[in-house]
Amino acid sequence: MRFSPEHLVIAPVLIPLIAGALQLFLDDRGRKLKATLSVLATVALLIISVWLLRFTYVNSHASAGKITVYLLGNWPPPFAINLVLDHLSAMMLTLTATLALPALIFSLGRWHKSGAHFHTLFLLLLMGLNGAFLTGDLFNLFVFFEIMLAASYGLVLHGSGLLRVKAGLHYIAINLVASFLFLIGVALIYGVTGTLNMADLALKIPQISASGYMLLESGAAVLSVAFLIKAGMWPLSFWLPATYAAAPAPSAAIFAIMSKVGIYVLLRLTLLFFGNNPDFPDGPGAQILLYGGLATIGFGTVGVLASQTLGRFAGFSVLVSSGTLLTSIGLVQTGVTAGALFYLVSSTLAISALFMLIELIERGQNMAASVLAVTMEAFGYQDEETENEEIVGVAIPRTIAVLGTCFAACAILLIGLPPLSGFIAKFVILSALFSPDTASQATDITAISWGFTALLILSGLATLIAMSRSGIHTFWAPSVDTMLPRVLLIEILPIAALLGVTLVLTIQAGPVMRFMEATATSLHAPHPYIEKVMNTPRATVLSQPEEQVE
Amino acid sequence: MELILSLGIGILAGSGVWLLLRPRTYQVIIGLGLLSYAVNLFIFSVGRLVMNNPPVTQAGAQVDSATFADPVPQALILTAIVIGFATTALFLVILLAARGLTGTDHVDGKEPDR
Repeated sequence: MRFSPEHLVIAPVLIPLIAGALQLFLDDRGRKLKATLSVLATVALLIISVWLLRFTYVNSHASAGKITVYLLGNWPPPFAINLVLDHLSAMMLTLTATLALPALIFSLGRWHKSGAHFHTLFLLLLMGLNGAFLTGDLFNLFVFFEIMLAASYGLVLHGSGLLRVKAGLHYIAINLVASFLFLIGVALIYGVTGTLNMADLALKIPQISASGYMLLESGAAVLSVAFLIKAGMWPLSFWLPATYAAAPAPSAAIFAIMSKVGIYVLLRLTLLFFGNNPDFPDGPGAQILLYGGLATIGFGTVGVLASQTLGRFAGFSVLVSSGTLLTSIGLVQTGVTAGALFYLVSSTLAISALFMLIELIERGQNMAASVLAVTMEAFGYQDEETENEEIVGVAIPRTIAVLGTCFAACAILLIGLPPLSGFIAKFVILSALFSPDTASQATDITAISWGFTALLILSGLATLIAMSRSGIHTFWAPSVDTMLPRVLLIEILPIAALLGVTLVLTIQAGPVMRFMEATATSLHAPHPYIEKVMNTPRATVLSQPEEQVE
Repeated sequence: MELILSLGIGILAGSGVWLLLRPRTYQVIIGLGLLSYAVNLFIFSVGRLVMNNPPVTQAGAQVDSATFADPVPQALILTAIVIGFATTALFLVILLAARGLTGTDHVDGKEPDR
């Protein structure tokens, strides 16, 4: 068989599926083999996704980039369930693999021993994520969503324990309801349009009669609620911090991208379905995203300040990040979208690193003591003994120094301070906000822009306060019963690697930003996407003449 | 037929939501079950209600779409049933684990203070 690069499009789905399924045949005595298999599969995923990213971007001369459509079962579009690889999906695939490899290596330190089938669940989660990013079919999206969620249920509960079971119970119940909403939305949209292919839907939606349009809009609204629950928009987000804080560290690290799946789908579908509609930016859909996003930033900011443990703090940081992205989507401007994509990558990497780091820091701490320390500070209690003590220079242990450096880097990224990529991301969003694109002719800066700016900066300030407070407590003035955390090298290296990726993002900000701009442009003008999907020819069967010879 | 189906969906969904909001885990899972029936019936209804029409066409024959049932919603329901069944079974295990660990069947893991 002749190898063609288009076949690699399905590899991000197949590799974790096969590797994950194979592991079911190994029992826990073969843990080393399992770990090797998982690492190999994830490395392969990383290589392939980077290759696909280059394939999509570097070889493209058209403004919209190269779009590859993979017809499953070689059925003609729009009947086929198709996988579509464009800029956005290639970027999300690469981000997933970039997060997955460090999280997996981190888990090899100790987490993968604390329960059965960690590797299988982890790989299936990757399969669900990759499939959701690749698919061009609404119902297929549901299937991949469910694969992802089912694996995530297992990963939340990995390691068991009272806290995880309690948080997992709420998480699963909420997500099951969200899945039903997803189905209702899909059914309504199918009922009106008679198709589930995303590109075909984009063609059919403008032709719908006025009476059907109302039904379609309610379908889209119900569908969005399912994604907004996933993305954590206020007031649908109360489950998120508790669940993410309770999940074991490597699971939480990969969950950082799970809330971005909701964002991804919203970004893709709203622009694909309603992007052509000139009323959309001022319509209720965009407004809900806009104000909901602002409320989410506000809620996340308050939560960040109020959280007493680092785990909950990281959970609320996810909300701040989601809120920023939702608001950016709601603004429906190409420049803002480009900045939001950069912010998505940067914040996801930072939050993922933070979740792993927190576990290492808290390993040495007495949980109750750290909660007490924050509370005591809030009420103005002073530890009297410390004041009388002579101040003696204490050598900072090496572990603490490394952990502290990583913590500071995470803080800089989340707050959005220069020099790391968090600053660039926020700067690009804000600068696009204050120089609206010439097409929209809106030269005056709206109150919304000011509100968004204020909230974005305030959320950074709140993060700064919360992180310096816990940083001081953890690294400079640890309480008496703190032990030195025992940290393995393979646990600190993944965190350093993730932070290294953000450093690369910072240094290579120019090329990366150009990519994001190309992605945003192709999202806001989806015609090439639609045409490419609808006009993809079926693959011709090459081997038939040979069979006849035989 | 339309009235019966819509009433059925409405009653199932209504009771499902009500049970879902109850404090006991057993009520929650029954609520989820009822809700999933309602959703499946709803998906079925978007394919239009027709009687005695096959969903499968003959190969090569002329097809008049008015005399055929829409097969897609039926396929969707099958998938939805399988996935719903698997996740509900998983949820049941969590319920048992929560009951064992917390010693109560309250969804918050502790009895409310009275």
